[in-house]
Amino acid sequence: MKQDFKILGTRPIRPDGLEKVTGKAMFGADKSATGMLHARILRSPHAHAEIVSIDTSKAEALAGVKAVITGADFDEVENRWTRYTMQNCMAQGRALYDGHAVAAVAATSKKIAAEALKLIEVEYKTLPHVTDVDEAMRPGAPLVHEGVKGRKLGDDVSGNTVGYYSFGHGDIEAGFTKADKVIERNFKTAATHQGYIEPQACLADLGADGRGELWCSTQGHYMVREVCSEILGIDASQLRVTASEIGGGFGGKTTVFIEPVALKLSQKSGKPVKLVMSREEVFRATGPTMSASMDVKIGMDKNGKITAGHAKLRYQGGAFPYNMVMMGAMSAFACYDLENVQSEGWDVMTNRPKMISYRAPGAPMATYGVESVIDELCQKLGLDPIEVRLKNAAREGSKSSYGPTYKAIGLVEALEAAKAHPHYAAPLPANTGRGVACGFWFNFGGQVSVSMAINTDGTVNLIEGNPDIGGSRASISMMAAEALGIPFERVRTIVGDTASVGFSDVTDGSRVTFAVGIATINAAKAAIKELCKRAAMIWEIDAEAVEWVDGAAQPTGHNAGNFPPMSLAEIAATSGKTGGPIAGHHEGAPDKAGVSFGVHLVDVEVDPETGFTSIKRYTAFQDVGKAIHPAYVEGQIQGGAVQGIGWALSEEYIYGEDGRLQNPGFLDYRIPVASDLPMIDAVIIEVPNPGHPYGVRGCGETAIVPPLAAISNGVAQAIGKRLFELPMSPPKILKAL
Amino acid sequence: MARVVIFGSLRAFTDGVERMEISASNTRELLKKLSERHPALAEVIEAGVSLAIDGEVYKDAWFTPIGSNSEVVVMPLMVGG
Repeated sequence: MKQDFKILGTRPIRPDGLEKVTGKAMFGADKSATGMLHARILRSPHAHAEIVSIDTSKAEALAGVKAVITGADFDEVENRWTRYTMQNCMAQGRALYDGHAVAAVAATSKKIAAEALKLIEVEYKTLPHVTDVDEAMRPGAPLVHEGVKGRKLGDDVSGNTVGYYSFGHGDIEAGFTKADKVIERNFKTAATHQGYIEPQACLADLGADGRGELWCSTQGHYMVREVCSEILGIDASQLRVTASEIGGGFGGKTTVFIEPVALKLSQKSGKPVKLVMSREEVFRATGPTMSASMDVKIGMDKNGKITAGHAKLRYQGGAFPYNMVMMGAMSAFACYDLENVQSEGWDVMTNRPKMISYRAPGAPMATYGVESVIDELCQKLGLDPIEVRLKNAAREGSKSSYGPTYKAIGLVEALEAAKAHPHYAAPLPANTGRGVACGFWFNFGGQVSVSMAINTDGTVNLIEGNPDIGGSRASISMMAAEALGIPFERVRTIVGDTASVGFSDVTDGSRVTFAVGIATINAAKAAIKELCKRAAMIWEIDAEAVEWVDGAAQPTGHNAGNFPPMSLAEIAATSGKTGGPIAGHHEGAPDKAGVSFGVHLVDVEVDPETGFTSIKRYTAFQDVGKAIHPAYVEGQIQGGAVQGIGWALSEEYIYGEDGRLQNPGFLDYRIPVASDLPMIDAVIIEVPNPGHPYGVRGCGETAIVPPLAAISNGVAQAIGKRLFELPMSPPKILKAL
Repeated sequence: MARVVIFGSLRAFTDGVERMEISASNTRELLKKLSERHPALAEVIEAGVSLAIDGEVYKDAWFTPIGSNSEVVVMPLMVGG
């Protein structure tokens, strides 16, 4: 594995910076087209209702209205997962949650579209609803869908329970008998939203000939193309999707919500259609993450060795089947090398918006429960929380609680760095507590395509197919420059549309820098091979007698010939005369992404009069394998920590008895902003991933996993009482006090 | 013969059988033989599973080689975020 780098690890100026700070960057709502219509969506005011009838005649008669659609305009979709996605975009037969789309209008102005919505008459028959996970799981609960109960599930759970997963090994009961202390607790976490600043937005143009163009804010435009072409019944090749700049996604833009609607309106009206969600719509109808109810039981001996761990996780994921509790069950105990461990998870449907991934989906809640109980055991047994974690930490060769045996990993290094950091030894003022917690995320590889063109002036253009949500254009340019041996400034990476480069999976799972990086290095190797071949032709020696060193071709030795090195620019300059353009490309599906661990330290101060918790100091340690561009990596770690702070302290979906969302806006759904926070210190740990030529691990998700527990542990120390429900909002803390 | 471990809740589809030995040169061959041996698991495999071969996790990779002494852990399909 290469470890001596010239470019990797430096901090060049962000290639997307100027466009973003000057307002030139084009986001989802920034695109317009001649003759464009504006669309609006009518949404259900009921948590659960049969749609008896929809009369759109008055809306259609309004001057300026060019198309009105309902669920009846969409044909049956064979694939059940795509069908669920389509029915989440536009209800068919029943509205399944407050905010579920029931009709849409395209008109010549936004105002007319809004007026037209008022003219659509929908007759509803309200049905019993359920929004709480434990109630939804209970036999006899109102059913969100019939016939989707998970296989092998018994009569002890309702038909809303769509999946069951179990992981682990050993004998947990025997393990608990060996413990000096066993603690079992029930935890609850609220559903939280990804909170991206840019709402979903798109511009769709689908002609009668079946050819379409779609511009949208997404984490995966190939996913958008495949899902939309299936829903609309058109060939994938005829729908070109371009990903705009993205104002945040965090997993929330890994599916479609409005694109099929805009395409259908465009198809029906024969005009381009722009559809932009309001913030209220984003809250009511795009995926938040899951809420959770969990039982966690852990046994520990007096020396701090965990003898057994058992977690039961019940997640609610909204109005359609899903399978994300599995990731929580897999990650719950993943930080530890345990002899006896079991984690179980149940996926449950409710009358809420369909969940979608949120940064390390499923892991933060499960980890909150496990890390809280470990902290309480440390308190009860008088043990240091970092020493206990070091004693039990997973390391290379440990059999993970979810199956695989770990390769080289960096949890011990992160814990040692936290233990040695001045933060851990700093004195604590009154009303202040210090929390510590570990976290884990899998990271993924997946399908990628990269095309690299060597220009005649010695510069390089690289096209890849993954929207840049965290600095991947910079990291990919850096890896290309490193592999080619040329300056970073000579490489420009762009995200191609679906007709420009081969298929690429969604930007998720912390996969892009890892997977596109491997494709980029392989594309560079292909280009280098051709560059060496051209130099050999010019020197009139065998291609095998040429090697690539520091950005230039050179003979492998004196026997090969006595020629001075020929740079990439020199070879490229004559490429038109030596065989034409020089390029490299690579398509693949790399695995071996390498798991990632983090350790967070946080000092919290709790005001005993108001119950308000403020973050006084925060330090996050994370193994990232190799930090390509450390500033972006630090940004990922800081961003994850801040989102976790919001989850722990203030963010929650609040539903009334009527099943309607009570707080669909940033005034009542409070995310942390810069003025709420101290600087989040990010400490990068680099234990190279043996599965990547440069040692890269994904780094985008792990940082949201530890904060929930770290902050809860800090609050427990600050007030001397432990809360078991998130968010720890002031009323809950005051009640505990 | 690869040592195959059926992990966690997937054992519900193998009548509780956790460990078995299967001779296969790659993942596709292994999954095919596994489906034949445990028909209830076939539908799950068709929908997608993840495999950990000697500690490395693979998804949707038919032709990943399997060594004669490899440990292969069969898990539910892992998805990203």
